[in-house]
Amino acid sequence: MTDATATYTGPHGPKPKRRLSPTNIMLYGTLFVVAVYYLLPLYVMIVTSLKGMPEIRLGNVFAPPVEVTFEPWVKAWAEACTGINCDGLSRGFWNSVQILVPSVILSIAVASVNGYALANWKFKGSEVFFTILIFGAFIPYQVMIYPIVILLREAGEGISAVTGTNFRLMGSIWGLVIVHTIFGMPILTLLFRNYFTSVPEELFKAARVDGAGFWGIYFRIMLPMSLPIFVVAIILQVTGIWNDFLFGVIYTKPDTYPMTVQLNNIVNSVQGVKEYNVNMAATLLTGLVPLVIYFVSGKLFVRGIAAGAVKG
Amino acid sequence: MALTSEKLAEPVAAPALAEDTPSVAIRNLDLAFGSVKVLQNLNLDIRQGEFLVLLGSSGCGKSTLLNCIAGLLDVTGGQIFINERNVTWAEPSERGIGMVFQSYALYPQMSVRGNLSFGLKNQRLPKAEIEERVNRAAGILQIENLLDRKPAALSGGQRQRVAIGRALVRDVDVFLFDEPLSNLDAKLRSELRVEIKRLHQKLSNTMVYVTHDQIEALTLADRIAIMRGGVIQQLDAPQTIYNKPANLYVAGFIGSPSMSFLDAETVESGGTTALQVGARTVPLDGYEGEGPLAPGRKVVFGVRPEHIVVTDAADPAAHVTATVDLDEPMGSDSLLWLDMDGHKLSVRIASDANYAPGSTVGLSFDLSKSSIFDTQSELRL
Amino acid sequence: MAVAESTEAEAQTERAPAKRPNRLFRNLNAKIASIPMVATALLIFVGCTAWTIYHSFTKSRLLPAPDKWVGLDQYERLWNTRRWLVSIENLAIYGICSLILSLVIGFTLAALLDRKIRGEAVFRTIFLYPFALSFIVTGLVWQWILNPQFGIQGVVQRWGWESFTFDPLNNADIVIYGILIAGIWQGSGFIMIIMLAGLRGIDEDIWKATRVEGIPAWKTYILVIIPMMRPIFVTALVLIASGIIKVYDLVVAQTSGGPGIASEVPAKYVIEKMFQAQNLGQGFAASTMMLLSVLIVLIPWAYLEFGGKRRD
Repeated sequence: MTDATATYTGPHGPKPKRRLSPTNIMLYGTLFVVAVYYLLPLYVMIVTSLKGMPEIRLGNVFAPPVEVTFEPWVKAWAEACTGINCDGLSRGFWNSVQILVPSVILSIAVASVNGYALANWKFKGSEVFFTILIFGAFIPYQVMIYPIVILLREAGEGISAVTGTNFRLMGSIWGLVIVHTIFGMPILTLLFRNYFTSVPEELFKAARVDGAGFWGIYFRIMLPMSLPIFVVAIILQVTGIWNDFLFGVIYTKPDTYPMTVQLNNIVNSVQGVKEYNVNMAATLLTGLVPLVIYFVSGKLFVRGIAAGAVKG
Repeated sequence: MALTSEKLAEPVAAPALAEDTPSVAIRNLDLAFGSVKVLQNLNLDIRQGEFLVLLGSSGCGKSTLLNCIAGLLDVTGGQIFINERNVTWAEPSERGIGMVFQSYALYPQMSVRGNLSFGLKNQRLPKAEIEERVNRAAGILQIENLLDRKPAALSGGQRQRVAIGRALVRDVDVFLFDEPLSNLDAKLRSELRVEIKRLHQKLSNTMVYVTHDQIEALTLADRIAIMRGGVIQQLDAPQTIYNKPANLYVAGFIGSPSMSFLDAETVESGGTTALQVGARTVPLDGYEGEGPLAPGRKVVFGVRPEHIVVTDAADPAAHVTATVDLDEPMGSDSLLWLDMDGHKLSVRIASDANYAPGSTVGLSFDLSKSSIFDTQSELRL
Repeated sequence: MAVAESTEAEAQTERAPAKRPNRLFRNLNAKIASIPMVATALLIFVGCTAWTIYHSFTKSRLLPAPDKWVGLDQYERLWNTRRWLVSIENLAIYGICSLILSLVIGFTLAALLDRKIRGEAVFRTIFLYPFALSFIVTGLVWQWILNPQFGIQGVVQRWGWESFTFDPLNNADIVIYGILIAGIWQGSGFIMIIMLAGLRGIDEDIWKATRVEGIPAWKTYILVIIPMMRPIFVTALVLIASGIIKVYDLVVAQTSGGPGIASEVPAKYVIEKMFQAQNLGQGFAASTMMLLSVLIVLIPWAYLEFGGKRRD
């Protein structure tokens, strides 16, 4: 045996690595240049927000701050003005939180039950409604926005009349919660339907033989085994709702405006001197929540956004 | 049309009067998915304590039938009775059945104990009784030491035991098995097969067992129902199915290697009917047919590999001669493939026998174990 | 047939026949749980859309006026409005460019990342993070980077190249390309992720086979991989296209439609007609036009995707 192998000459062992081949230089060079383009705005935001106004007027956007100051951040958070209110972005932040929490909970609760019903309890017509829902996701929001204003106003007045209170859906946080639940429904329902369809059908059958009903199977069997998909849905909804601008501007009033709307009003307000460092601090603050979620969740975020693209 | 419906209407009335009431009775069952009819006018009586196997290739409707009995599929028409009670529209949990699935279908987030007691908790049984039933089932299946584990920590065989246990704790009369051993490897499969058989002897519940594996069917069943295209082809004891298959499909489906089929014709020979196979005439001595055979019919002669004896070509007792094609040693014995006027034949021979390819041998058939089918209707004659 | 029926009738009278339960009440819980989905599908996606389309044929001003039927008047006026024509032109330029650029950049980046490179996760994270940010944040950051005085133009001029001009946001002719830069920055990472998933779904053996046959990598991509990824490209195309039509926040934040009306888009036209100009009829007609353009993209796609396999 040793004789036989000895007769073969030439290279042996692992293939030597050629780190600096022209292809590799091209490959990493391209990726590096592109990465700079993608990172540039984040860098610019950070350095600008840490400079004082005099330094901004002198230097260029790309230069790191000579003198680091956190003044713009404080100002953006607590003092920046929109119209007559001068309590900064903090108001928008808390509005966004108040909108976000019930919207995420409600939209995911509704969509997960929908997806579960569609996957395991098909009834006559259920697929038709689902198809309408999916195609509805492609209808421009502008088409439905105005009738929904009317529906919210009427429903709010109806509730007020019945309960004898001064409850309003239109212009309040609750109206916006309903709107987010409605427009989050297609993608989330698709997400949950696909997930529950992938759960072995026999598990569902076994639970039925064991006497569990619609809600029993949902809460006792399906929920405990679908935590990952719920996390994906939460990431999807938190970033989506936090970043919303259109619904916020239409369905809420100035004192309940979410953070994005307030940010736009602060930065694009025509009065006064432009304070670019405050603007960038405010912009960064608004982007912080989804950015943190993105960097912390990593693969799950990718799974979430890819779930919308992968049909099934 | 009129004839068949009369024939089918008869057994409907009969069981109600018989003292031996069926454990499961299926009447005129129809099931269609949209325009695809999966089961059509199916009737079946399963006796008390019987081990009935539904056997067939995939897509024959056997699992569909089982799911209908379990109430997991809504039937399109007909009725299902379990212990005299009409359960056609009852919930699965209210039918008095337990079910074991191919993929085990254990609840992954619950311990073995949780899996076994889930159904009982849904019935709102008292804690002590749940405890007792779970322990008893665990004892029978020897899984006491696994009770606190999660399904993920169990081997395939252990999982299937737990799945059987889940049916066991329900204290029901009818057990339904949906290909329970198909996900196991060959060795475990034969072990659990024996265990299921032992369980049946011990509990004497009615068991309905779906499989595509004929060895499972033959070893386990009191009776086998062979299905094809949503229709029961034959419902009989395993030996009867093996020796007297009702039609060509059953004959070809059961037995491995499968039965050899020869085109033949019935002829008049010396005052009785004989079989003309190729140029040879085979007397029908000892053939156990369904009725007298008239001469002049085109038939198919079917004989299993173990019911043919290979002799010398010149042996006067040989029915026919054939040419040796090849020899397939299978360990305990060998399979000899032969060519007879263009017909392929297989014969089981002792593993030490040796026949050179191309040589000519004589064959004699054991007619008492053979079958003759009508070419047109494919039914056994 | 009559005989078969009578048999069935006979069987029905046997031993306590169970009557077939009313179909409506079977799986009642599943149906109750699906009410939000059914309501959203019918009331919002079908109902509100139909409502808007109907009212686009009326002379609604401040309030919807269902009884003032004017036929196609609103559409005639719409297509005679310069602002709408500019919006359409902008959308066309933005749409075509962002479609091509997103697909090219997305696929190229995915292909580069698929070359088994080091640090793939880092590059992927960098390319995708803008997608986590809202259009408002995106628009404001790029507004700052493209600021003529302090941004790229200012920096290059300060370096000594005095005549350098790059001021898209204040030049009516090229303002839409300034928005395009921001849009591509925000969204191309998403397309990259979809493409990457598609590339990862391709059988390793295909690559082995082409290597054995000595086909160069770039040729393999063009002749083998891209044709195999046709469904992925179609999905990406539909996603980009349906996103383009919704472009609104980005423009609001980055240019507010300016300079003048040079960067107006249809979605913005609709919102302003509905909620600021008190010209609901125009808003409805314009949003119906938006819906029409979505249908032009969607119907051929749905036909290709689902039309072929109507059997199930």
